[in-house]
Parts: sequence; C-alpha cells; structure tokens
Amino acid sequence: MDLHRFAQSAKRWFQVATGVLLMSIDKDTAARVAKLARIKVEEDALPALAQEFNTILGFIEQLNEVDVDGVEPMTSVTPMRLKRREDVVTDGSQQDKVLANAPDAREGFFAVPKVVE
Amino acid sequence: MSDLNKLGLAEARDLLRAGETTSVELTESCLTAIDAAGALNAFVHKTPELALERAKAADTRIQAGDAPSMCGLPIGIKDLFCTKGVPSQAGSAILEGFTPEYESTVSQQLADAGSVMLGKLNMDEFAMGSSNETSVYGNAVSPWRRGNDDAQLTPGGSSGGSASAVSADLCLAATGTDTGGSIRQPAAFTGIVGIKPTYGRCSRWGVVAFASSLDQAGPMTKSVRDAAIMLETMCGHDPKDSTSAELAVPNFEAMLTGDIKGKKIGIPKEYHMDGMPEEIETLWAEGRAMMKAAGAELVDISLPHTKYALPAYYVIAPAEASSNLARYDGVRFGHRANLAAGDGITEMYEKTRAEGFGDEVKRRVMIGTYVLSAGFYDAYYNRARRVRALIKKDFEDVFAAGIDAILTPATPSAAFGLGEMSAEDPVKMYLNDVFTVTVNLAGLPGISVPTGVDHQGLPLGLQLIGRPWEEGDLLNTAYALESAAGFVAKPGNWW
Repeated sequence: MDLHRFAQSAKRWFQVATGVLLMSIDKDTAARVAKLARIKVEEDALPALAQEFNTILGFIEQLNEVDVDGVEPMTSVTPMRLKRREDVVTDGSQQDKVLANAPDAREGFFAVPKVVE
Repeated sequence: MSDLNKLGLAEARDLLRAGETTSVELTESCLTAIDAAGALNAFVHKTPELALERAKAADTRIQAGDAPSMCGLPIGIKDLFCTKGVPSQAGSAILEGFTPEYESTVSQQLADAGSVMLGKLNMDEFAMGSSNETSVYGNAVSPWRRGNDDAQLTPGGSSGGSASAVSADLCLAATGTDTGGSIRQPAAFTGIVGIKPTYGRCSRWGVVAFASSLDQAGPMTKSVRDAAIMLETMCGHDPKDSTSAELAVPNFEAMLTGDIKGKKIGIPKEYHMDGMPEEIETLWAEGRAMMKAAGAELVDISLPHTKYALPAYYVIAPAEASSNLARYDGVRFGHRANLAAGDGITEMYEKTRAEGFGDEVKRRVMIGTYVLSAGFYDAYYNRARRVRALIKKDFEDVFAAGIDAILTPATPSAAFGLGEMSAEDPVKMYLNDVFTVTVNLAGLPGISVPTGVDHQGLPLGLQLIGRPWEEGDLLNTAYALESAAGFVAKPGNWW
C-alpha cells in the first residue's frame, strides 16, 4: 500500500527514534500519568500504554534539534489583547437548563458521591 | 425534478430564487438519499421533522422575497457542533445522551440564514483521528471504491461523516472542523472542496473544544463557489468567543473572478518528501502547470521548519485537549460510571473517563497531561510553542516577500482502507496531516481542491494556503485551480 511505503520512508525523514529514546517512560510513570489524567487504567494494560507513550514521545523528541534561543513561546496566532467588559451580570437564572443534562441532579444541585467524611 | 440532492448550493439557490423548486422538495430528496445510505454511516442523528419544518419556513421566506444565499438549502452538521434539542456527542460515548440547551454560533448563523439542518454527521471521537475510525458510532464509510474492489475505504477524518455525506450527495454541503487537517484531508479523500478559514474567522462558541488555539470550523462543499457562499454565512465576529476576529466579512462569492494573472504562487521545497507516491508528485506538478497556464508566477520558496510541525502539533494539541477534556467528569453532562460501594469522587472520575473515552482520546489526554506535568512543561510544551512561533514566522517571511498563496499536496496518499492502519503505531496515522498541520499552527486559511484521481480511480486533492484574513483571494485562486482541473469524477452508487 502506498501509504505504508510512504510511512516507512517518512519515518526515516522524521528520524523517529523508536527504541533509542532519550526519555523512556516505564510502567510506573504511565500509571502516574493515568492517575493525573483521572483515567483508570488496569495494571495489565500499563506496559502497552508505556510503549505507546514512548513511540509518541520519540517522535516529539526531534523538537530538540531546533534552535529556539530567544524565541518567545507562542500564545496566540493573532496577537490580541483580551476584551474587557463591565463587571456586571449578563446572564443567569437558568438553573433548569444548567442541570438538564446532569447524570444526577437533586434539589437544584449537581449530586456527586460524598466528598467530605 | 429528480436528483435534487445532487445539486450544489449555488445551483439550488438559483433554482429556489427562480421558483423552479422548493426547499421542501430539496429537503425531501436529501432525506430519501440519507435513508438509502445507511451503509455509509454518515448521518448519525437524523432530524427529518425539524428539517421539513425549517424547509417550510424557508419556502415562506423565499416567497416573501427574503432569501439570503443559504435560505432553504439542506445541509449536514458535524456532531461536534452543539445543536439545541438535538444530540451532540462529538462522536464520544462520554457525551451519550447529551442534548444541548443551546446552539453553536456557527450553526445558529446557518439556521438564521434559512438553511435546513438534515441531521448530525459522524466524526472521529472529539475530532481526534484521520480516518473516522475512532467514532463511538462506528466507522463512516467513503462512497468511493478502488475500481471493482468492494473493500471499504476511509472518508478521512475527523470530518469523515461530512465528507462521505457531501461526496455521496446526501446533502448539498456540510460543516466540518479542522484542528490539524480535519476538513482538508477528508475533502481530498472524497473529491470535494473543504476550507479552513483563518483562526478567528468562525466563532468557536458551542463547538466542542479539542485544541482551542488550533480549532476552526469551515464548510465542506461540492465546489469552490459553494464554499464561498457557505463560509460567508459561517463567519463573523461573536462576542461569546474571545478569539473571534472583529473584522467585516466580505462577499466571498463576488471575489470569484478566476483571474489570477500575476499572482505569486509559492512552491515549498520542504513538501517534496522522500517516498511520497509518484502520483502525488505528478498531481502537484500538474497543479503547478495549471497555475502557470492561468497566468500566475511560480516561485520556489522554503519553509524550513516544516518537518517540526507534526511533532510540535503532537505536543500542543494533546496539551490543550487534556485541559479541555477535563470537563468530562461525570458531574454536569453525559456519562457517569456505575460506582461500587465505597467509591468516592476520585473513583467516579477515573471510572467515568475510562468508560467514556476511547483509546485514541485517552492516549492524547494522557500525552497532554505528561507534557504539561511538572518537570516536563518547559522541555516539551514551551519548546513546542517556541517551534510553533518559528513555523509561523516561516510563513510570514514568504508572504512578506510577496507570495500570494502556497500550493502543496493536500495529503500524502489517496484514501486507505478502513482497518488497514490499525496494526500500525499511532504515529503513522498522524502522518496523514503532514501537509495540513502547518496551516493550523500558523493560523492561516487553507483550502483543499480535488484535481485528479489515482490509478485506482480514487480522488486526490491539492491544498492552497493563503495570507491571514484573505480567504476571498484564496477562494479565487482555488476557483482558478478548480476551473483548470475540471474534476468531475463521482463515486458509483453501490450503497
């Protein structure tokens, strides 16, 4: 398939360094990232996840080749100052609409499992 | 009149204004086509009753002489746009059952102009994908096939349902969104036109966010003229989106003269890639010849940081996604996991997100979390943002040197088969966006125009990249390319 052949050579073009990484993510790091992202990952799925991270991070690693001295990190493609407005209420009184899609809403509130013991 | 669904926006508008057809007839024709096209899995939430109601209202308006260009024209809306009272899931299980109480600005503007929404269109989950294979609704299928081979092909992604529906004449046009190529790549794969306008042209309000500094909505249509008509209705300043540009929207259609004499068209040397299929090189060479024959001047240019665009994108987009998708926590909308006895709020978050997000979304959210985490923020995220500034400067330099537009291939290949990339590592799928992603990083307008077919009869497209805010000029250059290419191929109806 064309795309497959292309990908093979593009991989060289991009110098994807799978397997010879500067940074390598292990199972524990993968577990820590999953925890930070609040996504439950089963223990037996962690090695494969770590491998995927390594492939993607290996791809990203080539950014280190670029000389970025003196370059400001881009915040916005069009330089703009955020709009200001009067600090007044412009919207509200829509409790029913706000709660309409909640998985669990009671007495005008979002309901969640007990947070404070 | 039969086959009204096969019309483009401009033709249908002219027939409506001449009183030769009605919006109800157009709408019924599309609804019939949609019902017969279940195999494409393009429309995932159909709204026939709402459509006929809007069509009747449009007919009344047209009879009263109040007919904006989009009035009475049946279109599809990508599932990423929130539509009041109509399910809007962004192709994700985590938004199962979510029915917005509000309407996105873009779809509201289209409705205000009198257009008729036929339903919601399939897409990759949260617009993360290049083949429409990450959708909770299942794959959208391209109407195109490789000759007599009945293998199912991808319509591209993430706006795969939009591309499939427009290409198969299930609607006259559709909305798409583009974060790294999600309008232009599926347009190229299905032989239609797709334009991503300058960042800030279309309001992002009410469009489910993926990567807020890159996301833009745009039209996917059967011709450049149709793209001009629909884009004009979608654009405009919106106080509800702080990044929306306070600029007047020109009459894009009136700018389609087809005259590009003396225009300087840049040909970036970095877009010649080793191993690129010969057919893509040939297509590009043909496009250059067409531009030259139309009186444009071809100029060899360099965009030296091109090769770093994809890796920068795969830091920035996941970082923004990890932040944007934090809102899916099982509290305010969508899915919440069933909890076991003793589960607290952290378990609720973790189980809900594990059940609700698909693998590609989880992968990107976690990559984003990693590059933003303490100790890596500078090394990954800030470095990527610096590289992004350099990529933008590459474009600024060539535009400052007098280049009017840049001509490149739209995709590195024709459409591939559904499932053919599933065994590959994720990075290979990401390469689909190699020619389009630079444009998002620089915030520029880009358009994909179908200009040829490959040896299997599949459509191929070229991309034109324009100066910021000059969509009108870009559309005109695309119009000249479209006229010269004379692309007329259509998929056979097998579905």
